[in-house]
Amino acid sequence: MSLSNQPLSQSHRSEKQFKIVAAHVVLVLLSVLFVLPLIWMLSTAVKPIGETMTTPPKWIPSQFLWSNFGDAIAYDSKELGYIPFLVYARNTIIVTILAVGGAVLSNSIVAYSFARIKWPGRDTFFAVTLATMMVPFPVTMVPTFALFKWLGWVGTFKPLWVPAFFASAFSIFLLRQFYRTIPMELSEAAKIDGCSEFRIFTDIIAPLSRPALMVVALFTFMGSWNDFLGPLIYLVDQKTFTLSLGLQAYQSQHGGTQWNLLMAASCLVILPVVVVFFFAQKVFIQGIATSGLK
Amino acid sequence: MKKRDARVGILFAMPWILGFLIFLAYPLIASLLYSFTNFSILRPPKFIGVQNFNELFHDQVFYTTLKNTLLYVAGAVPLSTVVAIGLAMLLNTKVKGMAVYRTLFFLPTLVPMVALGTLFLWVFNGDYGLLNEAFHKVHVSPPNWLGDPTWAKWTLILISIWGCGQAMVIYLAGLQDVPVSLYEAAELDGAKAWAKTKHVTLPMISPVIVFNVVMGIIGSLQVFAVPYVMFPGGAPARSTYFYTSYLYDNAFQYQRMGYASAMGWVLFLITLALTMVALKLTDKHVHYEAN
Repeated sequence: MSLSNQPLSQSHRSEKQFKIVAAHVVLVLLSVLFVLPLIWMLSTAVKPIGETMTTPPKWIPSQFLWSNFGDAIAYDSKELGYIPFLVYARNTIIVTILAVGGAVLSNSIVAYSFARIKWPGRDTFFAVTLATMMVPFPVTMVPTFALFKWLGWVGTFKPLWVPAFFASAFSIFLLRQFYRTIPMELSEAAKIDGCSEFRIFTDIIAPLSRPALMVVALFTFMGSWNDFLGPLIYLVDQKTFTLSLGLQAYQSQHGGTQWNLLMAASCLVILPVVVVFFFAQKVFIQGIATSGLK
Repeated sequence: MKKRDARVGILFAMPWILGFLIFLAYPLIASLLYSFTNFSILRPPKFIGVQNFNELFHDQVFYTTLKNTLLYVAGAVPLSTVVAIGLAMLLNTKVKGMAVYRTLFFLPTLVPMVALGTLFLWVFNGDYGLLNEAFHKVHVSPPNWLGDPTWAKWTLILISIWGCGQAMVIYLAGLQDVPVSLYEAAELDGAKAWAKTKHVTLPMISPVIVFNVVMGIIGSLQVFAVPYVMFPGGAPARSTYFYTSYLYDNAFQYQRMGYASAMGWVLFLITLALTMVALKLTDKHVHYEAN
């Protein structure tokens, strides 16, 4: 038994090494496939307009026109009297910050109630909450629009961020799963020390739940940053457009599309999201894993 | 003490209780009521009975958009599920540089729909598109991705794969939850990679698969932004005119809010039915851990 152990573990090791190399090869090939369109986007973003439509496509431009980024930002600013890209960016940042803040605040406290306080009807209401994930947005779209119209909110940012302060089923679910993994004894000990439920939430549970809160923040951030239908319905004046809606202006105005500028603007829109994700990805995936999404 | 608990609990849940009432329960009931009315946002609703539904079931465009949408769901959901699970498994191997790979596969999900739509208009372009260039290189004549009614839908389905990042991350998290001891036990029994996948990995993540598939169905039934940007008016020949686009047009282009509400409720019922079917079909194969 012990004699045959040695060569077995060695062949095992070389098999492992082979697997690692194979994994790298497949990963590199696939990521090229996934990223190629984005590289194309980047390459187009720094091309002179004449090189954007050539056959065969030109991957490396004859000259790198970094000024395209400046032109993309300044696009249309003469006609409009203001710099639309910066206005869109400001609008998007306002809406996103409010939505993320609202989602983190509301979901964290609501999920706490579902996970760690007993109240009559709680579990039934939680089941109903889960079922609401099946309600498609288009069903509630018309009455919600009528409601916001009645409130005089159409044309403002409010329809895009106020709902975030009222929690959402998916985030409640995610956070509840995470909270349930924290031992109840922690809360009980704190209660004996005279802590109120609110203090337990802010001082003990919330700090322990940072990864899960970050998942909620990131999902909300992405949803809000990239939302298209919401701004399309509620924003009227071009000055209030968000980036995802404003990007369309590059496409349709003045007949021919300025592809290079459109792509440059798109790059600028994606950049902050990519940077955030790269640094957050580990905590992000851990957060989903520990909240046990199943 | 018990009574106080209940009061605090309900107080903490209040944001969602209100949110549920204002943004879900009320609109759901209101849209059911609106669906029996003639209603534009400028004039108050007028009761017209089942006229909207009557018209809807004779509306050729309704059937076209419904068919398009169901075909899209049937193509996009299975394809992106397989790709997302495959990628998640690859990303779950312990190799160096994982942060970079994860970010690379997730990148497309971060691209705004409008940018994504215009980018792909160009990748699939018949004259100077990237993809056709690749086809020409291997001397295969490419299909007319954007101009042919059948291919246009496939183009959108292919694009949906590119955005499977969110599902992939959730699968990845599920994979990381599978106890290593199970794999070790399987290895002791002499299980090879495929056997381990089939008998350990897939059963262990089956609840996550069901969750993602159901969310995928619900999401794909509402497909809107990418086709809206890429194919204005659902061209060619309405082959990319989807349910939500038609609903949106009825509500906000033609000011037919009652009709749009009727469409909304029909979509809701379809969503419920498909979800139930998906849950029933998978019921026997899903392995839920004892909690």
